[in-house]
Amino acid sequence: MLQEREKPLLEVNDVSQRYRTGSGEEGPPVLDHVSLKLTSGEIVGLLGRSGCGKSTLLRIVAGLASPAEGSVTYDGRPVSGPVDGLAMVFQSFALFPWLSVLANVEIGLRARKVPEAEARKRALAAIDLIGLDGFESAFPKELSGGMRQRVGFARALVINPKILLMDEPFSALDVLTAETLRSDLLDLWVEGRMPIKSILMVTHNIEEAVLMCDRIIVLSSNPGRIAAEIKVTLQHPRNRLDPEFRQLVDKIYALMTKRAVEAVPREGAFPGLGLGMALPQLSTNTIAGMIEEVHAPPYNGRAPLHELSDSLAMEIDDLFPVAETLQLLRFAEIADGKISLTPAGMKFADLETDARKRLFGDHLLAYVPLAARIKMVLDERPTHSARASRFLEELEDFMSDEYADRTLKSVVNWGRYGELFAYDESSETLSLENPG
Amino acid sequence: MSKFVAFTSLGRRALPNQFDLIALVLIFGAFAAAVSVGHDVTQKISAPQATAITLDYWALPYYALRTTLRMFVAILASLFFTLTYATLAAKSNRAEKILIPILDVLQSVPVLGFLSFTVTFFLGLFPGSILGAECAAIFAIFTSQAWNMAFSFYQSLRTVPGDLIEVSRGFQLSPWQRFWQLEAPFAMPGLIWNMMMSMSGGWFFVVASEAISVGDNTINLPGIGSYLSVAISQKNAGAVFAAVVAVLAVILLYDQLIFRPLVAFSTRFRVELLSSAQQERSWVMATFKRTRWLRPIQKGFAKAFNRFALLRLELPGRSARPEPLGASANRIIDVLFYSSVGLLTAYSFWQIVLFVSHDLSWHELLLTIGLTSLTLVRVVFLIALATLIWVPVGVWIGIRPRIAEKIQPLAQFLAAFPANVIFPVVVVLIIHFSLNPDFWLSFLIILGTQWYILFNVIAGAQAFPSDLREAARSFNVGGWDWWRKVMLPGIFPYYVTGALTASGGSWNAAIVAEYVKWGDDTVTAHGIGSYIAMATKDGNFPKIVLGVAVMSVFVIVFNRCFWRPLFAIGEKRLRLS
Repeated sequence: MLQEREKPLLEVNDVSQRYRTGSGEEGPPVLDHVSLKLTSGEIVGLLGRSGCGKSTLLRIVAGLASPAEGSVTYDGRPVSGPVDGLAMVFQSFALFPWLSVLANVEIGLRARKVPEAEARKRALAAIDLIGLDGFESAFPKELSGGMRQRVGFARALVINPKILLMDEPFSALDVLTAETLRSDLLDLWVEGRMPIKSILMVTHNIEEAVLMCDRIIVLSSNPGRIAAEIKVTLQHPRNRLDPEFRQLVDKIYALMTKRAVEAVPREGAFPGLGLGMALPQLSTNTIAGMIEEVHAPPYNGRAPLHELSDSLAMEIDDLFPVAETLQLLRFAEIADGKISLTPAGMKFADLETDARKRLFGDHLLAYVPLAARIKMVLDERPTHSARASRFLEELEDFMSDEYADRTLKSVVNWGRYGELFAYDESSETLSLENPG
Repeated sequence: MSKFVAFTSLGRRALPNQFDLIALVLIFGAFAAAVSVGHDVTQKISAPQATAITLDYWALPYYALRTTLRMFVAILASLFFTLTYATLAAKSNRAEKILIPILDVLQSVPVLGFLSFTVTFFLGLFPGSILGAECAAIFAIFTSQAWNMAFSFYQSLRTVPGDLIEVSRGFQLSPWQRFWQLEAPFAMPGLIWNMMMSMSGGWFFVVASEAISVGDNTINLPGIGSYLSVAISQKNAGAVFAAVVAVLAVILLYDQLIFRPLVAFSTRFRVELLSSAQQERSWVMATFKRTRWLRPIQKGFAKAFNRFALLRLELPGRSARPEPLGASANRIIDVLFYSSVGLLTAYSFWQIVLFVSHDLSWHELLLTIGLTSLTLVRVVFLIALATLIWVPVGVWIGIRPRIAEKIQPLAQFLAAFPANVIFPVVVVLIIHFSLNPDFWLSFLIILGTQWYILFNVIAGAQAFPSDLREAARSFNVGGWDWWRKVMLPGIFPYYVTGALTASGGSWNAAIVAEYVKWGDDTVTAHGIGSYIAMATKDGNFPKIVLGVAVMSVFVIVFNRCFWRPLFAIGEKRLRLS
């Protein structure tokens, strides 16, 4: 009996997945040998930044995509397509706009030839369960975001799945609505009023993961690998202000900012190295703003990341790229979940605009190889100008088209701020002259 | 996006241009074949009985009914075509590479030039019966509507939101269920809008195609178009006037009873999550929703449709995910497919050349090229003139919302009104004042199509963000600067859409406008339109094929070299989004 209970409902065995490059070939790995087990009675969270492959992993589990290597087993049988026991809730709600709430909830049942009367009864029960009683004939247009997601939940629950898969279900909602939905969902779970046996949830919100999950699997990015598995033994209802809660959140921040020492030593915060570093799209305003924020009291140059995330209301997907870019430009250092400004960073905060631009430009040239390359090419050429596409093609040798475009845009913007070079959009050329 | 005429090939980066040539050749080959089949049979047909058109005013409602009926049959046929052709093109990569260029070419080719081919073909199909002529008229109307709708449907199928697709797959909807539950509803707004716009444009073709004369055969189908043509041949001005009134009434009824309610119905299918700025209202819809007896009938229909849409219709024994074919198998199929297409194209080309060169010489080809250039000059000049006049007017109207609300439906109505009904008036004037036809007939070409420019510019001015206008006013931007830097770039994409439609319509209009009759008097202008019209009158098929082919090539080249780049500039630089 104990063995029955401990037999995993879902097993992910050594799954790997690869990107498809623009030319259709297989590119770098999205997921690299990921394995995990899901047993009955637990909520498991997949936590990681965007681009770490967690949504891809969820879709492989749901049978909506097939992995390049490895397999997924549900209830002892391999998953080769969508199965009846798994149901998914989407970040964008994914409701059919032309169907009423009732019709939306019924669709899974009606598609499987459940008789009309029974489908209607079950749908009404599900709608009642998640608290939308009275809205059966409303259309999605008339509903707020939170109510739409409730419909999404009802739709998933009505087919009596064993496992509920959730893809960042609360990210598209405002803070208060998300909070309400979370606690409602946890209520239903703890009271056992939902037919599901376990939940697999993808999130990029560390606090949400600690609030809801029994087990948190932290995925690293580029490629996606399991970096750590953390058990959360706090009792429901969990309190965000509880010291144990805060310690756990802190620990996870530290974990996610730790440099991967054991793996390939050259892996840094950004995928690729040298010219092939894929950089995030960040405005110089954000960069300057972050430096000023850390410089100012109460941090005075040294701030724990989770406090910054709280005070700036930034999620890790927004916060980490800024912090890592500051580290790249040697304006700050990240260690153990804290960010500290270097002497250059402290100086930056005190200077005024023109001097700031010069300092920024110097650091950009020194530490971002692509910027240095652009400057070098422009200096060498007699006309001191070059087409942007020339650099784009060079970048596309190292990364996907989309990343290359994003990286070049960022570096061009930073370069313009630092007054290293100029860019003309209509002709798409970089040059050393100032626009007239 | 759903508001405007689909202009799809723009979004497809990888489609090579040679496919257009192939498509052109295939289409004309098919017609040449159809003609040479029907050619022999034509001689035996005698004019069918029971088509005497009376000019009695009281016969008009009946004729109007017949005409409208023809329109609706054509719409149904277009719908059926759309659902099959566009779906096939959207689902199969290989089919898409051929089907979409064919559609593109068909959209550019002037439909009225085909009339002679299709009449012959259908008459040959149903010898001695009126059914052939009816089919020909319906087919002419069909060709003015189907391509537009197919493009819109195809585009919608390719842009279904990814998360909704994942929901369908997650709940294991069968392909049939998915089509009716997801893809067709998603495509509804675009499809209905294009359907209504096409129907508006179709009145022109109805009028032009009900009185069919190919060679010595003249067939008048009961309807407003033939009423008009008989009135013209008998110089009965009163009858002409009555016909104009009848057309006005029919279009008004169609607009209020069908166009507006359907568009209002289609707003239910829009995927935008915010309430849209344009609320389509229809008093018919509002009244219908309040009835007590009609609603249960409607609910009954809805239920039946739902059951239809939820049939699983799965092939037995099909696995959840069919094995994708290996790379080598794919290559073999590619080779087979493309080589058969290539062979067919070469054969068609040979057929066309044979057919045309049998009776005609190089000299004829040069003549047609010269005539088409003349028509091209006319079309360009007229579009420019219409632009100069209607753009300022449109902007003036568009930035005043209350006036725009009243004028916009009027402009759409004018665009729907078949201008060829007014032609006889102009002919009388030209004959009376002995004016030069080459110059004065030109205005007929733009008469019906200029309204497209007007109402699109009005829409553009309406959609122009008010905060940009306020910023311009607060910085005292005025005069020519305001036009050049504020308003014109803002309405540019809308203008291009309108001008493109107007241009396409003008080419068609040229065929009817360059050769106009009043009784026994004929007024002609030099151009490819009159060339084709005269060849049709003489029943000279090789000349028709040559004329239409050269005209089509010109239209396609003009579209690609001029309109397509303009459209691209509008999309890239000037979209306010």
